[in-house]
Amino acid sequence: MPAAALAALLVGALMLLALGADVATGYRALFEGAFGSVDALTSTAIKSVPLVLVGVGICVAFRANVLNIGGEGQIVMGGLASTATALAVPDLPGPVLLPVVLLAGLVGGAIWGAIPGYLKAYFEVNEILSTIMFNIIAVQIMNYLLSGPLVDRDFSGFSLIPQTRRLSPNADLPVLVGGTQLHGGVIVALLAAVLVYVLLWRTGLGFRLRAVGLSRDASGYAGMPVKRTITLALTLSGALCGLAGAVLVFGSASHRMVTDGTATGFTGAAGFNGIVAALFGGLNPLWTILSAFVFGGLLVGGTAMQIAVQVPTALIVALNGVLVVFVVAIEDVRRRSRQRLESFVREPDGGSTAPPPAGDAVAVGVGEATDP
Amino acid sequence: MSEFFTLTVLTSTVASGIRLATPFLLASLGETLGQRSGVLNLGVDGIMLLSAFGAYYTVLETGNLWLAVLVAVLLGALMGLVTAVVSVTLRAQQGISGIGVYLFGLGLSDLLFQKLVGTPVPVATFPTVEIPLLSQIPTIGEMFFSANLIVYVAFLLVPALAFVLNRTTYGTKVRAVGENPAAVDSVGLGVGRIRYSTVIVGSALAGMAGAALSIQLGIFQQNLTQGMGFIAVALVYFGAWRPVGVMAGSLLYGLVAATVLTWKTLGIIPESASDLAAMAPAVLTVLALVVVARRVRQPAALAQPFVRGG
Amino acid sequence: MKDGMFRWARIAALVAVLAIVAAACGDDAEPADGGEATGGTTTEATGTTPAEPSEPLQVALIAPSATNDLAFTQSMFDALNLLADAENLEIAVSDNLFVVEDAATAIRTYASDGYDLVIAHGSQYGGSVEEIAAEFPEVSFAWGTAGDTFGLPNVYAYQAASDEGGYVQGVLAAGLTESKIIGVVGPIEVGDAQLYVDGFKAGVEATDPSVSVKVNYTGSFSDVALAAEAARSFVAADSDVMTGSAQMVVGAIGVASENDVAWFGTQSNQTSLAPEIVVASQVYHWEVVLQQIIDGIQAGALGGESYTIDLANGGEVIEYNDAFAVPEDVKTNADAAIEGLTSGSIETGVTLVS
Repeated sequence: MPAAALAALLVGALMLLALGADVATGYRALFEGAFGSVDALTSTAIKSVPLVLVGVGICVAFRANVLNIGGEGQIVMGGLASTATALAVPDLPGPVLLPVVLLAGLVGGAIWGAIPGYLKAYFEVNEILSTIMFNIIAVQIMNYLLSGPLVDRDFSGFSLIPQTRRLSPNADLPVLVGGTQLHGGVIVALLAAVLVYVLLWRTGLGFRLRAVGLSRDASGYAGMPVKRTITLALTLSGALCGLAGAVLVFGSASHRMVTDGTATGFTGAAGFNGIVAALFGGLNPLWTILSAFVFGGLLVGGTAMQIAVQVPTALIVALNGVLVVFVVAIEDVRRRSRQRLESFVREPDGGSTAPPPAGDAVAVGVGEATDP
Repeated sequence: MSEFFTLTVLTSTVASGIRLATPFLLASLGETLGQRSGVLNLGVDGIMLLSAFGAYYTVLETGNLWLAVLVAVLLGALMGLVTAVVSVTLRAQQGISGIGVYLFGLGLSDLLFQKLVGTPVPVATFPTVEIPLLSQIPTIGEMFFSANLIVYVAFLLVPALAFVLNRTTYGTKVRAVGENPAAVDSVGLGVGRIRYSTVIVGSALAGMAGAALSIQLGIFQQNLTQGMGFIAVALVYFGAWRPVGVMAGSLLYGLVAATVLTWKTLGIIPESASDLAAMAPAVLTVLALVVVARRVRQPAALAQPFVRGG
Repeated sequence: MKDGMFRWARIAALVAVLAIVAAACGDDAEPADGGEATGGTTTEATGTTPAEPSEPLQVALIAPSATNDLAFTQSMFDALNLLADAENLEIAVSDNLFVVEDAATAIRTYASDGYDLVIAHGSQYGGSVEEIAAEFPEVSFAWGTAGDTFGLPNVYAYQAASDEGGYVQGVLAAGLTESKIIGVVGPIEVGDAQLYVDGFKAGVEATDPSVSVKVNYTGSFSDVALAAEAARSFVAADSDVMTGSAQMVVGAIGVASENDVAWFGTQSNQTSLAPEIVVASQVYHWEVVLQQIIDGIQAGALGGESYTIDLANGGEVIEYNDAFAVPEDVKTNADAAIEGLTSGSIETGVTLVS
């Protein structure tokens, strides 16, 4: 990974030079903007919260060998469900309203994961197709709701944009450290990651998810409810993404849901970046926390670098791409994660029905990975 | 509603649907080829964006449309080479490296656009080519046989790819590599070489899809594709890895989108419901698959890097 | 968890590498204070204005889309550059920051870097501006399009009465159409786009009620291909005049040009996109507002005012394309509409609360 990072930084340096920007100033700003001060660390932590939540959601799905590309849509639906709830019952006291809106986000995302999951399990509809299409559907539902039924009618200007009014302060995620922006979403994300870790490696359900991921056929022979498990995997994955959506709304500086008509306008591409974080974390929820933090730092630092050397933000996007490619190219995650998959399956559960070691069951395998 | 069923409106709606379908079709044919050999390329959208810009910029500078398509195809092939190195030789996780390629294309195309062009300037678009005789057929001619050349190219590639996949030795090798790379390897055929070829050719087609988009429009803009490349990947699953199926998916998607637009224009869909109507292509694509497809087995080695003896 | 330990080591190493690079760079780098922007899109005025010989006014623009979008962001970017020389501005730009959190980071950075004026060019930035402006009372903030200064003495607000320009263009369009069918390509039915479209409809209605205006909201601010096909559907439905709002209309303009359909632009001057068919564009001249804000800052007032650009104050201008011949009587009608809207004898009747 250091080699990959160095190579990516080198490419970035060349691009900065080509744009006539000062490389040293740029990278200094990148690092300081990400990790160099309390403010920077706070921004990085906040940025990584949705990445952690989506990332651990991705862990659940990918462990069950279900490729969830629908994070963006699930975040949007979670955001919408929690927003609508906060608008419907704004006067509930904080200790009640906050859990309620988070739960609403969870449910919104869960539904948006459950449908593709159900379609995959019972109708053989490939989840890559359905989750990509469900992203598109979610965006239009969002555009409809935020420009119509949920729009901020009291906005004090001529120019409404697709956004709600400021949501009930009772649902604000509380600030954890006075004088900073650090909000309770951080705790939500950490808790979720730990819970998912426990779920995957300390419960029967987790064992089933991983067993189905390694070999659907073998799990079936062993009497596991394969179809229900697949549906559940995408449902849980969607639920975690939906939770990320709720955190994005109630932890945001504007305390409202807002879009530019695209999913990214609301999610900041967390649905994709979360996949990257999860895979860097070796599909382990706990390591995903760390990789999300580093990745979040790069995103935050990118903005700082843009400000410092005044290059177009497009450069930062391109650099993120280069980094991702270099890291996966140089690090042979695949082999390692396979070894880990096998050792984990055998390890905590004592293996009454341990599936046979999968031939080439890859973490990210879309395949109906079966033994040849 | 009756206004919709006039010949002029129907004709232009179908023609519009075919135009909208063309970039999807080209990109998903390319993706089909790659996936048949076992390589999942999620970076299609990024490749399309870079090639779309390359084609646009070439027309802007030279005015030569065919040179522009060539540039787009070469750019696509180049990105395909990068993808192949990462996915095949370095055996990276294909989902994640594809997202990297996508981000790279998204960012770089925008960066080049801002630095080399700045304020968008329109360029020449593909001329309409009327197929002799066929275009004279009333209605049908106007719907299908007076499009621009890249549309014909895209649709002619459907039987061409089907032929290559099903009737040639090369196609047999591609399918074998996608099903059982170890077996192919054991008889001495290079798994890597075949996958390189499919990924590079497939990406070149994605590049052509980018050119089809920017030159049909005569303009480039930041994130011109709006995620079309991802839809193209989805359509490969819709088409069950068969060129004809992929064509059906692209046409379904394009025609539904065109119909929705026409209905909005005619006032059949009220303004207040226009956002909801815009989701129709995605909804119908999923529904169609629920109704039609069952038990289509994908290439067994899809998205799995090949390790000898692994 | 042995593998996990390896990963931990690797990530630690990555952080270390970043640190080393940063440190190595730091040695020969300027201290990152004062936000000395170099290169890139920065426009540094030459400082020839006699009134301000030494200290340029540092202005930061945070915007949701690209500075070359030919629409919302570009209108503000162009206005700033127009004033850069005369007012001795040093401009820094962070564009494409639609996501509020990222924009908030940028707003805060510019404020703490000691910029004199931070322009948050997007309605969605309101919450962040309210919060950050309170923390930096010595920095002036401007945000829009909106009318609310949050009662803070260092926040300016600005907005555009785009229904007025829409109305005038509607009057023109109604005079030009022969098929009596006008097509409008819109993004999502909300905000500035809706305001413009509704003003346009009102103008057409007031001039010739027999003309029908059909609106196609494609559902996207940026899908150029969809906008192009929407325009084609209008051509098929016999429209001979079209307009549209938001950055994806470049696709529709191309189609209009191919089919020789007259086009009305908004937000920026779109004549360059199709010189033969663009009749006129409603252009935002934010410099009218910016001038007032800059004058205010130089007089020591950091905020508290809310401004609107409209036809009366010259912040909105109907810019004709000289190459397109508009019949005299149609132009006279339009001039009368501008006159009426300016004096207040005509009102567009458009409100967004529906």
